[in-house]
Amino acid sequence: MADEIAPEYDVVVLGTGLTECILSGVLSVKGKKVLHIDRNGHYGGEAASVNLEALFKKYGNYAKGTEPWKNYGRLNDWNIDLVPKFLMSSGELTNILVSTDVTRYLEFKQVAGSYVQQGSGPKATVAKVPSDAAEALRSPLMGLFEKRRMKSFIEWVGSFDPKDTATHKGLDMGSCTMREVYDKFGLEATTKDFAGHAMALYLTDAYLDVKGGAPEAIERLRLYGNSVARYGKSPYIYPLYGLGELPQGFARLSAIYGGTYMLNASIDDIKYEDGKAVGIKATMRGIDPEMKFETKAKTIIGDPSYFPSKVRVVGHVLRAICILKHPLASTNDSDSCQIIIPQSQVGRKNDIYIACVSSAHSVCPKGYWVAIVSTIAETSANHHLELAPGIERLGRIEEQFMGPPIPLYEPLEDGTKDNIFISKSYDATSHFETTTDDVRDIYRRLAGEELVVEGLREGIQVAAE
Amino acid sequence: MADSNLPKPSSSVKLVLLGEAAVGKSSLVLRFVNNDFQENKEPTIGAAFLTQKCNLPTRTIKFEIWDTAGQERFASLAPMYYRNAQAALVVYDLTKPTSLIKAKHWVAELQRQASPGIVIALVGNKLDLTSDGAGDAADGSGEDGGEDSGDARKISTEEAKGYAEEEGLLFFETSAKTGYNVTEVFTAIANAIPETSLKTARGPGASHAAGRTEEQRVNLNGPRDAEAKDSCAC
Ligand SMILES: Cc1cc2nc3c(=O)[nH]c(=O)nc-3n(C[C@H](O)[C@H](O)[C@H](O)COP(=O)(O)OP(=O)(O)OC[C@H]3O[C@@H](n4cnc5c(N)ncnc54)[C@H](O)[C@@H]3O)c2cc1C
Ligand SMILES: Nc1nc2c(ncn2[C@@H]2O[C@H](COP(=O)(O)OP(=O)(O)OP(=O)(O)O)[C@@H](O)[C@H]2O)c(=O)[nH]1
Ligand SMILES: [Mg+2]
Repeated sequence: MADEIAPEYDVVVLGTGLTECILSGVLSVKGKKVLHIDRNGHYGGEAASVNLEALFKKYGNYAKGTEPWKNYGRLNDWNIDLVPKFLMSSGELTNILVSTDVTRYLEFKQVAGSYVQQGSGPKATVAKVPSDAAEALRSPLMGLFEKRRMKSFIEWVGSFDPKDTATHKGLDMGSCTMREVYDKFGLEATTKDFAGHAMALYLTDAYLDVKGGAPEAIERLRLYGNSVARYGKSPYIYPLYGLGELPQGFARLSAIYGGTYMLNASIDDIKYEDGKAVGIKATMRGIDPEMKFETKAKTIIGDPSYFPSKVRVVGHVLRAICILKHPLASTNDSDSCQIIIPQSQVGRKNDIYIACVSSAHSVCPKGYWVAIVSTIAETSANHHLELAPGIERLGRIEEQFMGPPIPLYEPLEDGTKDNIFISKSYDATSHFETTTDDVRDIYRRLAGEELVVEGLREGIQVAAE
Repeated sequence: MADSNLPKPSSSVKLVLLGEAAVGKSSLVLRFVNNDFQENKEPTIGAAFLTQKCNLPTRTIKFEIWDTAGQERFASLAPMYYRNAQAALVVYDLTKPTSLIKAKHWVAELQRQASPGIVIALVGNKLDLTSDGAGDAADGSGEDGGEDSGDARKISTEEAKGYAEEEGLLFFETSAKTGYNVTEVFTAIANAIPETSLKTARGPGASHAAGRTEEQRVNLNGPRDAEAKDSCAC
């Protein structure tokens, strides 16, 4: 078996999270010889989708000798995401999926609605986030006059062109802040809140006062609007059987183009020459006898867990995975939705997100909903209190899984010095735009050029398809 | 005659290939889809999703054929691969005893992991290398002439057939090289797929999903999607 491993690869990839799998797929399609390894026996790493038994075992929240997962229907019907995210339907991940044809292996459904909470406690209201001018006019989130201001703001965003100063309303886009833009339209604080947090999807209010930050915020509002416009109900889509299908799809792409896959293999050593990584020593477990091997690598890519000494912690995410037997209140009995609770509404610095999917997405048996509440930790204790405003929205909870705060890592260096290119942890955002930013960033660092996915598979078809 | 103008019901079926390396999985598909064969075929890269129609008297089955793309080599096949597969072709090489052991392993794995109603066909390939297949292999095989006359068979028909019967598998001996029995395998699978597990909508898997939920499925490829590209995608 060991003879099936080449003495040298162009790229060795460690970890099968989405970032690693996209890179592996792209590099294989571009003709690089890739060896892709994971220490786990499954794909997806931290971003896998697991069944209920695996989830109970991961969190350990059950009495020894009991098997609570047996109370919840067929185990194989459960595909619970460990990291909650949705795809923006006009976002970059969608673009990469389409350009690489990985869409062939996956099926997507719309997320039924995108909601925002106003106020807190018993008086809190949850309402649909308006996506276009017409919806703004019907929205209960705003009063009559504010609706009109919001309508003209949304229309302006739609016609905004960063290169055409005639569309800039006399503002200097090089220096103005988003706050100044909102003020130009006379928008109220609460409207800024849902525009910035539920539509532009900023996690904090820091974006408001960034000098020259307006074009980016406007771009994010446009992405939201375009994504809604694509299928109608919400800007989000979601793969059947859970997010864990995404890394598997890209791994398959990589394998089709010659990538070699090895799960259940641990890295024993990274070999260096003059401070640059040149190869790995690894052991494939789960077979008898274990297979030890060594191979050279021109480049190594990996997730932070493979390089603990080369990453730093930049924050902690709090996350509670909850199993429900009902849809979320005020969401029109949606089979799926996102609810954003802007920080200002509940006296926080970071928003609270609720992502909810159900049997309509083949992630659980009929009659169940899976809701994940998350936010960035702001305190060092009592983390359940930080999530409480989100948990309160869920009503009766059948099972709740909440572990200690999850550290977010990012690499200390960009990899050009030691040939080791490390991805960032999946952050607290509700979508994959930061993940694809990281993919592009790593690609740029290791290849010295921009990643162009459009037309990637054309002209390099190895065999008839 | 008027009948032939009526469109027959057409459904897609996800079919997965399994078997030891070099038993001829890709070659069987190449024969079925393109009616072609390549000596010394490279291990599969680049083409792991082929489609081919199979016309039955009352319906048309469109096979969406998934090749392992080598991910099984180090026991790293993703669950996505089996998901909603309605049919599986488990291939062994008649001239290689270990390949039947491997095939049995895959059958067990499928019975454990795949959808309960999956139709499995056990296929002993490279029949042309055995004495039974010698006649069929007559047409211009350019390699050393002595080979055809010998019998390289290492696995008897009885042994494999007996096992297939025990496990309730379809069973065929084929040659991707000569084309012998290849179409028959796929036709038999098509016939064995229960009407009830067929769905008319296109797209991988999801045989059980039906009704209202369908409407929310999104087609990411938009108008670019070559939905009309009907017959074999070669
Ligand atoms: C994010 C958000 C949270 C909200 N939370 C609550 C809530 O907790 N409880 C509740 O009863 N209603 C709440 N509302 C509803 C809001 O107060 C109503 O829109 C408003 O009461 C009706 O105003 P209007 O129809 O006259 O027109 P508007 O266009 O909204 O108001 C016209 C003028 O009155 C001013 N104005 C509007 N509302 C207020 C106010 N509350 N205080 C001071 N000046 C105001 C505006 O600045 C504007 O200049 C909320 C609205 C938003 C957008
Ligand atoms: N004589 C003979 N050779 C065959 C037959 N089928 C396949 N081969 C040869 O066997 C070799 C392997 O065939 P492939 O189709 O690549 O086998 P595979 O199972 O797809 O292999 P992997 O993709 O590596 O797993 C090639 O050299 C083929 O030409 C057959 O029926 N008869
Ligand atoms: Mg093959």
